[in-house]
Parts: sequence; C-alpha cells; structure tokens
Amino acid sequence: MSRQALFATAERLLPAITLGLLLAAIFTEQPRAMSYFGLNLLLSLAIPIMFATLAQMMIIAINDLDLSIGSYVSLVACIGSTLLTSQPWLGALALVCGIALYAAVGALIEWRRLPSIVVTLGLSFVWLGLAVTLLPTPGGKAPAWLSGSMRAQPAFAPLPIYFAAVLSLVGWLVVSRSSFGVILRGAGGNARSVARAGWSLLGIRMAVYGMAGLLGTISGLCLLGLTTSGDANLASRYTLVSIASVILGGGSFIGGRVFPVGAVLGAMTLTLAASFLTFMRINADWQIGAQGFILVAVLALRAMLSRGREAA
Amino acid sequence: MNPGSLAPAERTRPAAPARGSEVFVDLRGVSRNFGAVQALRPIDFQVLRGECLGLVGHNGAGKSTLMNVLSGTLNASAGTITVNGADLSGRYDVRVAHHAGVRCVFQELSLCPNLTIAENARIAHPALRGIGWRKRAAALMQGALDQVFPGHGFGMGDVVGEMPIGRRQMVEIARAFTETEDEARLVILDEPTSSLDQGAADQLIAAARRFAAGGRSTVVISHKINEILAVADRVVVMKDGTIIDDRPRAAWTRDSIVEAMGHAAERIRTTRVTTATADTVVEVPSSGSGSLAFRAAKGEIVGLAGLAGHGQTDTLLAIQSRAGGAKVSGEVALVPGDRVVDGVFPLWSIERNISARWLPDLTQGGLIRLGSERRKAQEWGARLALKTPDIRDPILSLSGGNQQKALFARALGSPATVILMDDPMRGVDIGTKQDVYAMIAKEADMGRTFLWYTTEMDELYYCDRVYVFHYGRIVKELVAAEISEDAVLRASFEEHA
Repeated sequence: MSRQALFATAERLLPAITLGLLLAAIFTEQPRAMSYFGLNLLLSLAIPIMFATLAQMMIIAINDLDLSIGSYVSLVACIGSTLLTSQPWLGALALVCGIALYAAVGALIEWRRLPSIVVTLGLSFVWLGLAVTLLPTPGGKAPAWLSGSMRAQPAFAPLPIYFAAVLSLVGWLVVSRSSFGVILRGAGGNARSVARAGWSLLGIRMAVYGMAGLLGTISGLCLLGLTTSGDANLASRYTLVSIASVILGGGSFIGGRVFPVGAVLGAMTLTLAASFLTFMRINADWQIGAQGFILVAVLALRAMLSRGREAA
Repeated sequence: MNPGSLAPAERTRPAAPARGSEVFVDLRGVSRNFGAVQALRPIDFQVLRGECLGLVGHNGAGKSTLMNVLSGTLNASAGTITVNGADLSGRYDVRVAHHAGVRCVFQELSLCPNLTIAENARIAHPALRGIGWRKRAAALMQGALDQVFPGHGFGMGDVVGEMPIGRRQMVEIARAFTETEDEARLVILDEPTSSLDQGAADQLIAAARRFAAGGRSTVVISHKINEILAVADRVVVMKDGTIIDDRPRAAWTRDSIVEAMGHAAERIRTTRVTTATADTVVEVPSSGSGSLAFRAAKGEIVGLAGLAGHGQTDTLLAIQSRAGGAKVSGEVALVPGDRVVDGVFPLWSIERNISARWLPDLTQGGLIRLGSERRKAQEWGARLALKTPDIRDPILSLSGGNQQKALFARALGSPATVILMDDPMRGVDIGTKQDVYAMIAKEADMGRTFLWYTTEMDELYYCDRVYVFHYGRIVKELVAAEISEDAVLRASFEEHA
C-alpha cells in the first residue's frame, strides 16, 4: 500500500478507531460495562442521537446547517407524550405535518436563497414555542407500545448495536451508494453543475429537508420511548451534538463530503465520551470542556492525516 | 503526439456526402437580453451533421451566451430552436437539450469535486440509476476517456477534487461524449484546452475529428486560433452579440480570423528587446540530477514552459514562500491563474479585490486610508483599461478577462518587484491579453522582474528567457532567439517520449 493510500485509509478509519479506543478505555476502567446490560445502559441514549445525527448529516450534505433539530426532536417527544397517547390519529397527523413543514422550510430556503442557519435558528424558537404550548411542564406519558419497544432485549447484542448496524447500512446505501445519494452529495459539491444537468435544486432541497424531518421525528420518538415522558427542552443539546457527530464521523461543513457510517460512529463516540468522563470521576463542571477537548483532538488528528496524505 | 500530426491531408473528412449537408441544429432569430443589455442580437445559426464548427470572437462577443442558449441553460428571449428537425422552441431546457443529444462542456469547470469520476457521470445522465448503476457509469466513463484521451491512466473511482485542473478538464470533456439512452450528437466545447497540455489538446482535436467523421457535430470555442484552424470545417466569427463572418475553413487564415475579430493582427514571433539587467533577484537551486538551476534578473521576463502541471506552479509557490532554497531579493506578488479558486473574493467590490495586496502600505494606525485606497484602485483600473462603470461594483459584475485584469492590478499596484504569474491568461480574450502584455513590457522596463508560467506558446515570445519544465525538473533553458514552439515541444517530450 502506498503512503498516500495508508493515510487515506487511516483517515477513513479514524471514527472507528476513536470509538474503539474509547470503548477500550471504558472497559479497562469499568470491566463490568463489558456485558449485554452494560453496553445497553451505555449506548441506549445513543439511539435518538444517531437519528438526529443522520438528520443533520442530510442537511450538511447540501452545505446547509440545521440549528433547529434539537428543539424539533423535543417537540416530537412532547407530541408523543401528549397527543399520540391521548388521540393517536391526531398525534400521527401532527408528526406528519412536522415532516411536511420541514420539507416546506427546505423549499423556502431554496426559493428565497436564504441562509439555512438563520432560518433554522428562527425555526428552533417556533418548535420550542409549540412544545411549551403543548406541554408547559415536563410530564406526559409515552404510548405503551413505544416505551415497550425501546425496552426490547434482542438476542446476541443489545438494542443500540442493532440500531447502529441497521442505520449505518441504510445510511450508506442511500447516501453513499445510491444514484439518489450521488445527486444529493453532488448538490453539496457543486450545486450549479447539478442544476445545469437538469436536476431541480428545489426538489433536492425539499427531499433532503423532508428526510431530515423524518429522521428527527424518529429520533424524538426513540428518545421518548427511553425517557417515557416529554419535556420541551428534552433534546436541546442535540443540535450541537448532532453537528459534532457528523464532523467527528469524517464529514465536512461544506462540499458535500458526508459519511453515514462515520456519523453513526461519531454519535456513539460522543455518547460514550460523557459516560467515560463520569467513570474517570471527572467533575461534571469539566465534562463539557473535556468532551470538547476529545473533539478537538480527533479533528486535529484528522487534519494531520489529510495533510500527510496530500504531502505523500 | 507531435504538432505536425494534423497535416491538411489528415484533416479532410472521410467522404460522407449525403449527411454533410443535413442541418442538425437550426436557430432562427434567436436573441437574449440581460435587463437592458442585449447579449445576443437576433441571429441565425446552424450546425450541420458531421460538422466541426469553430466559433471565435473576443470576450463579450456573445459566444458563451449563444452556447448557453443552445445547450438549454439559458432561455432565448426570442426566436425558434429546431434540433434534428423538431421545433423545440418554448420548451427547450437542459433536459430537452440533453435528450436531443446536445451537450456542453462549460468554460469554468462544472464537475462535482467531492464525487468520483463515475459518480459525476451519474449527475449528467438521469438514466444511470437502479441496480448496478455504478458499474455502468464506470464503464461509460472508462469508454469515453479511452476514446478521447487514450492512455489517460484515470481510475473511475478517483475523486475529481483531488486531481489537478488539467486532469479534471479531461474528465469533463470525456463526460460530454458519454451516451446512455440519450445519444451525444452535438458536443459544444467552450475553451476546452485552456488547462490541457499540448498532448491532451492534440488528442482532443483528433477525437473531435473522429466524432465528426461519425456524422456527429462539435462546436469548438477557443482563443487559440491555431487550434480552431486545426479542428474546424467552418469558422464563425462573432462580435457584439452577432455573427459577423461565416466561412469554410479553407477561406480563412490565422491573420484573417484575428482581423475579423476586430483586432489588429496578433503580434507573433516578435522578439522582445530585453530590459534585463545584471543583478540577479531570484535564484532557485537545481532540484536534483538533470535539473537546471533557476535564475532571474532585475527587469527580466522569464517564461516557465512545458506541459501543464509539470512543476511550474510549484516553483512559483516555492519562490513566493522562499522555500526549497529559493533566494529572492525584494517583495513578491503572485497573479493567480485559477481566478475562482485562488483569485477573486467573490463578495467584495472590484476596488477591494484590487487593493487586497496593498493593505499593509495603505494603513495608518491599523486603519485603512479609504481615500488613498480608492484613488489608487481607480488609477490602476484606468491604467489597465478595466471595463466597469464604477470601481465599487461587485467583482463578479466584470467579465472573466476584466476580473483577471483586476488581479493584475492587485499585483502590479503593490510595491513588489518580483511578479509571479501562474498561467494568468487562461481563457482570456485577445484584447485583454494585448493590454496586459503591453503593461508587462512597460513594467519590466521600469525594473520589475516577471516570472511567467504559461501554457500558451505565443506568450513565450514575450519572454527574455524560457525554462522548460518536465516532471518537476527544469530540462532546458532557451534564450531569446532560441525560443520557439518547436524548441519548447522538443524539450517537453524529449526524455520520456
């Protein structure tokens, strides 16, 4: 293998290596975590984060940024713990409307050439407002089928591992392998050339935002299934975590470079990082900073590898 | 791959008399306005089957607008468009054009840099979908590249953004010749060879001829008149948004084309009266065995020649950063060649773009002296005959050639005494070029040193000395009278031929 190929491979494997190292560190510190239940506990909260990360990844693939995903996931959890339990059909309708709204926002951004950051930042307050209206104080109750299914204990491996595997596979097929994924990433790489080839950027953006809305909805429902009750601020940190996960997974903010498998691994890494720091008995006040440090270290390593590849 | 391979005998088309006269594309009374500006006056334009049409004219003549209309990326303001006998006016767009077999390779590169070669084929072909589309896309691109650029050495999984600009252009050209259920019947090449080296350019010309021999058509737009003469069956000259001349190839000469474009005959083969002095200002030691050392004197114009991408740019960048043992006395300014990537600040005004390099000399107490900035920018705009109503307009309001002039102003207006030029005339019209050549000669006379990487042979005649690069090494030094296209090509192909 040439030096260049070696660097390129190392760069691609970096998200997996990071996750592996983190797991190894956790297992050395807490050998009991190396069990079905240990892994389940450690990773169950990664499930909604994986979905939110993939939603963010769709948006980042076309050079946009979604600052509303956290409050949208919270809103879904609020809808789920109120309407979906009391009036299932109305609840389902509300969720479908949410996805349609997402697609409409995509259309608005393309049609008026608005910066996605501004639109989605504004939108995050809309979602938050709706969530507070629906559920002024934390509470509500998840539908029994939802919390039941999130408690499932499948054979061989805990539920989060199955989720990670299936999400990686589907994400990879749709974004990295399918002919649709090429158009999607192409729009991020050179929108004008995609438009010149006769594709509708409006259609692409609507599809992308719609898919992000769908993934955000699933994320909210999974989160609700785990927590069993809703809160308007339940997932507000998801916005930044999802962005960090996409980047940690090898993606770039611009240029249509996104990697679904990496993003899923990145989401797991960031979830585990919090637990790891707790195991290390690092003061909670320092944890956010320490998480940031891990992120910076990995990104620095990636930059070094990519520079090494260019120099080789 | 020598330039003599396009002898007239080979250029004549194999007999295909019946098809030769059939009209493939017929535009009648087509015009296009941008606001109050009439970029295209009502014109009639035909392309025949099996014809290779050369289209010339300087920037702003309307060539690109016409080609954009023909390829469906711009709607015509008026007129009818008939392709292959079917009247498509009113519903003509990119998809319809593609379906009818009309393809366009645009002047600015329009591949997606984050995608592989095969994936870029998918962007152009809606039909590449479903199970196994990757294999089909790779086979399609492999076939097209093999056909147009035999021996290209691309892997279909290579990511486009990691290739040098010349290689990207090869991929883009080849993509225009790919066929799925939509055939390629007319390929428009807008400045196709601007980043190609001579070898690839010759391959492309040969491919365009073969394409024509198969009853398909091409339209070639180029500022390189020799190329037009080598490839075209018919040459159309545009000026001010209309067609001013249209004759078969045999009726043209190089001089008559240039004359028709509205410029005095190009300065060819004039040897420069050197203004070089004895003081050496730039020295780069030899980079290894068989490589010559690089040297430039005050007031000298030194050319960096050879095939595109053989280390000329790297040498300029090493001089700029004084890396690799390069010794430079005095300040250095670079005129970039790839405007979009390393040249303009797209959101800034012309003035700010020009003054970007001067700011250290324009500040007082950490603040920019706005008055002198404007005065100086205006002065340089006037000196380079920048065509703009107001220097405060956005840089993108300028045509490509005028944007390049602004980049020249940025370098020349700085106190730098060594000016590095990274193939800055790529795809620039002859009028702009003449203005800039004159400015370079004048500035050299005043003691500035120019290091000029160029892919255009004609520009080497403006140099005092030329270094020929080959695979990162300097293999030949040509002094004044020795400089000729032949000598450069011989040095470029000598070793690994």
